[in-house]
Amino acid sequence: MSFAFYLIAALTLAGGLAAVLLKNTVHCALSLTLAFAGQALLFLELDAQFAGFAQILVYIGAVAILVVFAILLTKGSETPKGSVYSRHSLAGLVIAAAVFAMLGWAVIQSLPAVPRGPASTPSVTVLDIGNALISRYVLPLEIVALLLTAALIGAVIIAMHEKERAK
Amino acid sequence: MNPLAGFLLVAALLFSIGLAGALTRRNAILVLIGIELMLNAANLNLIAFWRYGPHPEALTGMMFAIFSIAVAAAEAAVGLGLVIHLHRHAHTTDLDAMNRMRG
Repeated sequence: MSFAFYLIAALTLAGGLAAVLLKNTVHCALSLTLAFAGQALLFLELDAQFAGFAQILVYIGAVAILVVFAILLTKGSETPKGSVYSRHSLAGLVIAAAVFAMLGWAVIQSLPAVPRGPASTPSVTVLDIGNALISRYVLPLEIVALLLTAALIGAVIIAMHEKERAK
Repeated sequence: MNPLAGFLLVAALLFSIGLAGALTRRNAILVLIGIELMLNAANLNLIAFWRYGPHPEALTGMMFAIFSIAVAAAEAAVGLGLVIHLHRHAHTTDLDAMNRMRG
């Protein structure tokens, strides 16, 4: 494992932890952006250039901005006075710790069987990805296009301002 | 350490952080943030298995991750639209305060 991997992993996990733990919602959204950026760097570390840049475009460029907009539209930018954790937060923490213990145990147990992979970096260009998208994966591509259209219309309809009902 | 195992452990940790956030926070937007972190951890697993699997040139894991990113973006848009609608309806994003399904 290279030094760069540890650095990027620490950055990503710190961003994720801060996004979950900080009190102010805007700070959480900014830490989330840090976690997304770290994740994109991890993708680049894994020689998945296209996925890395798609991650930056979609998550940092769209999802993080959307989260910030939602925070500002719901007036959530001030730090709340009371507790920011729900009543059942202890049970949630226990469940999360148990899930991590199980996943970590599974990974450690399967260490001998984990493939080491090809030593050389796989030579996958954006051209290959585009060719695969319009040949072998054309049906999923169309379904995703339909899903995105439906989600766009659905989000607009849900968030659209309703007219005040006549009383 | 095996490189793939390192990535899998990071993804497991990220997933647990997201799960803890989704289960413990009060604010609905922060619950969505936790869900996004969990989806990201799943994507990291897909890409790591694509890179260290036997046939990276088949592009299977990469395609799965790309479609997963698209679905996650749609999910975020609809989820945040729901949060905005709920805020307009109930004037709060506190999930503990939302205990009715009809308005």
